[in-house]
Amino acid sequence: MERAAYPIDSVGVAERTKRFQARSIKAESKAGGLLLALTMLDLTTLEGADTPGKVRQLCGKAMTPDPADPGLPRVAAVCVYPSMVRTAARMLAGSGVGVASVATAFPSGQSRLKEKVEEVRFCVEEGAGEIDMVINRGAFHAGEMERVAEEIRLVKAACGEAHLKVILETGELGSLERVREASDLAMEAGADFIKTSTGKISPAATLEVTLVMLEAIRDHYWRTGRRIGMKPAGGIRTAKQALHYLVMVREVLGPEWLCPELFRFGASSLMNDILMQLRKMRTGCYSHPDDLSKE
Amino acid sequence: MKEAIEVFKTGVYAPAPERTPVHVAARYGLFIDGAFHEAEAGGSRPVENPATGERLTETAEAGEADVDKAVGAARRAFEKRWSRLPGKERGKYLYRLARLIQERSRELAVLESLDTGKPIRESRDVDVPLAAAHFFYYAGWADKIGHAFAGRAVRPYGVAGQVIPWNFPLLMAAWKMAPALACGNTLVLKPAEFTPLTAMALAGLVQEAGFPEGVINIITGGGEAGAALVGHPGVDKVAFTGSTAVGKAIQRGLAGTGKPYTLELGGKAAHLIFEDAALDEAVEGVVNGIFFNQGHVCCAGSRLLVQEGIYPDFMRRLEHRIGTLVMGDPLDKNTDIGAINNAPQMERISCYLAEAREQGLDVWQGGQAVPERGYWCRPTVVRDAPMSARIVREEVFGPVLAVQTFRTAEEAVEKANNTRYGLSGGVWTDKGSRIFKVGSAIRAGVLWANTFNKFDPTAPFGGFKESGIGREGGWHGLQCWVRTSAKG
Amino acid sequence: MAQRLTVNKTYKLFIGGKFPRSESGHTAMVMSKNGRPLAAYCKASRKDLRDAVALASGGQAKWSSQSPYLRGQILYRAAEMLEGGAAQVASALQWHGMSPLPARRAVEAAVDTLVHFAGWTDKFQQLSSSVNPVASPHFVFTVPEPCGVVAQIHADRDFEGLVSGMARLLCGGNACISIVGERLAIAASILGEIWHTSDLPAGTMAILTGEVRELAMAAATHRAVDGILGQSLDPEVEKQIQEAAAETVKRLSFQSGGRTDPLEDVLAFQDLKTTWHPVGW
Repeated sequence: MERAAYPIDSVGVAERTKRFQARSIKAESKAGGLLLALTMLDLTTLEGADTPGKVRQLCGKAMTPDPADPGLPRVAAVCVYPSMVRTAARMLAGSGVGVASVATAFPSGQSRLKEKVEEVRFCVEEGAGEIDMVINRGAFHAGEMERVAEEIRLVKAACGEAHLKVILETGELGSLERVREASDLAMEAGADFIKTSTGKISPAATLEVTLVMLEAIRDHYWRTGRRIGMKPAGGIRTAKQALHYLVMVREVLGPEWLCPELFRFGASSLMNDILMQLRKMRTGCYSHPDDLSKE
Repeated sequence: MKEAIEVFKTGVYAPAPERTPVHVAARYGLFIDGAFHEAEAGGSRPVENPATGERLTETAEAGEADVDKAVGAARRAFEKRWSRLPGKERGKYLYRLARLIQERSRELAVLESLDTGKPIRESRDVDVPLAAAHFFYYAGWADKIGHAFAGRAVRPYGVAGQVIPWNFPLLMAAWKMAPALACGNTLVLKPAEFTPLTAMALAGLVQEAGFPEGVINIITGGGEAGAALVGHPGVDKVAFTGSTAVGKAIQRGLAGTGKPYTLELGGKAAHLIFEDAALDEAVEGVVNGIFFNQGHVCCAGSRLLVQEGIYPDFMRRLEHRIGTLVMGDPLDKNTDIGAINNAPQMERISCYLAEAREQGLDVWQGGQAVPERGYWCRPTVVRDAPMSARIVREEVFGPVLAVQTFRTAEEAVEKANNTRYGLSGGVWTDKGSRIFKVGSAIRAGVLWANTFNKFDPTAPFGGFKESGIGREGGWHGLQCWVRTSAKG
Repeated sequence: MAQRLTVNKTYKLFIGGKFPRSESGHTAMVMSKNGRPLAAYCKASRKDLRDAVALASGGQAKWSSQSPYLRGQILYRAAEMLEGGAAQVASALQWHGMSPLPARRAVEAAVDTLVHFAGWTDKFQQLSSSVNPVASPHFVFTVPEPCGVVAQIHADRDFEGLVSGMARLLCGGNACISIVGERLAIAASILGEIWHTSDLPAGTMAILTGEVRELAMAAATHRAVDGILGQSLDPEVEKQIQEAAAETVKRLSFQSGGRTDPLEDVLAFQDLKTTWHPVGW
């Protein structure tokens, strides 16, 4: 009954995403959405200038988002480069906040397969419970789909117990059809999550691209009964944007997907905006940016 | 905290009512010659909010004497003022009105939703901005009419009699008024008796814009007032949007008078989904095609034709999507499906559904909760309805989609054209050549390919066959408002 | 010298590319001013009209799907044929009461009208189409399409007007069912022969001679007739046609002599179709 993929009309996709943006999320819906978004955060730092100190600060924030409101939930995970995994894992041990590591020659993926797999193993050994890999875009564009899939399968094997998020780098794929194709391929090859972007190139996550990926996840679920997670990353900076994404997940995939096990935001500055909105709801006053820590 | 998250995950969206305050007068008079008047006979008619059944206001009921007064005012204004104004000046009045509509857009949207039951998202994002855009578009034509009719001399008809329906009250007023005024006609407009509020607000804006008195007259009343207007000997041109039955009566009534007319009537559009279509976007198109404005849309895609091979897949997606539609308070910003516009229409839709059930047809409805008061119809899909069923042949004018399958393009086109209507059609396919082939084979005035229910002031709109005569919108829309003759 | 007995021809109807006698079997005579019978023609019945309409819709589908270029060729071919048969038509017009010179002139004018409309077949679309600059990412264009089967009702003896009516309808891809009264019956019947030899798809053109009023009402009430072109009709007939035509919202155009604009004449029986398509990557 199910066909692999249909054409995608980008104008229609954009119109659909406007409908999500037109949803007005107020009062208890808004509070719930913001708290939910907080629990779904992969608080991320992926800079050449990252230091163990900076990573530790980030971990602190992940565990205690806003000291003024100790009742707030912790975020889902901290996402770092392989060299920082050990630092993060030590900080976060027992906190319930996961450690995610990018791997496979992130962000370009321009390395030998052997090294990519080796890197994944290293990250898992260092304590990463989640691996964010990049697909081989060169092979994908060259039409070598089996090679792309095989890399994912090998990385998945190297992950062991760790969850695998497969980054499609949608900003380099050229069209929504190709995003869909890459999504299907990644899910078939064993991805636990599919993720839009490395955050290193623009455009990163957009509502349009995310919608197409959510539809791929929905169709995969209908076909196989397997629930794949979704992670838009890069470019989501405001609480309002995050709510639009959550509305979209709810309407496309249903409430089952509204949990950190199946949906994540890859972001850094988003967190403070969510916290500011929550403060506004709690106190009735708008915050000063310096009321919150900046890591 | 957990509870809040659960509310977001599983509950409905929290109420998000549009709170812009609006003024609804206790009673509205007839707008004639620049001022509001009581009806000569003193009659009035209550107006209700279809979402609650509550009385909103009442309007004066125009009789023949009032129609006569309005037409007389329009005639004087035409002869003494409007026809003598240079096009540039007429255009500036229209620009003013367009601007005023934009500036009062939120208020107009609330009024429209109160009065019609349509979701505020639609009145705010579609009806009101498009109405303003129509005035802007035709304002710009006012001093360029000559360019539109190369080689021909043109002059306005004189006094226009315009009768509009209850589904898009402000937008239809704009469609009628803007080109007529740009071309130099004066007018008497009658909104539908169920939905006079935005027309009355528009009358206020006409005063504010400083239009010469009598150029725009707006009278309220029912079918009799409409018939009196259309049949008035002082009316030089008739324009009607509404049901095919009334349209035919108007065409019949005008026989022998030599009076020109344009008619925008009903439809029963086929929406064709080929198996190579962009399926999720097509689902969206189908949803917008039939559930936009509760299906109170003459060009609604009320017949869905799906190619066999994708039928189960398409229907699964469609029903899944229908499940996410929010029905309820029209003033809530999250509402997708508002109230049925009026009691007689509610009755009509219910009759069609009852008959379909009696015939043993597969009538499926979304799971939306139905509010206790007011008129409501959940989004409805009737599967595998035979071509002979009334629900397939007749215009239901509600959120009711009749679904059939087809195997070949020829069969799809034959089914699409197997109707006396010809207002619109839709086709979804990824194959360019097929779009043009199917598109040209479908006998309808508007053809949406890989999209549906799109409107723009620059794009002509109107029907083939029994869906009407004449076009509104675009350059072609001007042709309905001028008399042409040989130059020199 | 013994006087030769002439072989008189009864002019027949033109329906579905054939020349039947009327289903009713009725014929009528064109008489000279002094009451001498000149020629006989068939009187079409309501059933003949029904047959013509039934055959016209198939013909129209073929005709409108042919290229405008070919439609122009065929109209030009009809002009050639009419020029060739000018003497015959002119003498028929004389039977209808015209003097020789005006009759000759009328045929010449009709030939020129056919040539004129032959040139319109691939041009009126360009002068009435538009690309509409909408405010959303869509490509939107509007083009004219023929409204279908149109009945031309001609009550006068304006031969050029008759031919012009046929030409403007055919030019735009419509089928034309010409209903012609006794004042042009023979000349109209000869036109049937001209159309027949011009490669029009069968049924696209029909010529029914007979009682204008009766046939006009049959056409006006026929649900499969999409439009009516009335020429020089009695106002009362016009009104009745309009009343009946409202039942199926027919396109109507009534003219009584006078100069008209050929482009507007063609467009009177065209419906505009606006097509939308998204524009995206």
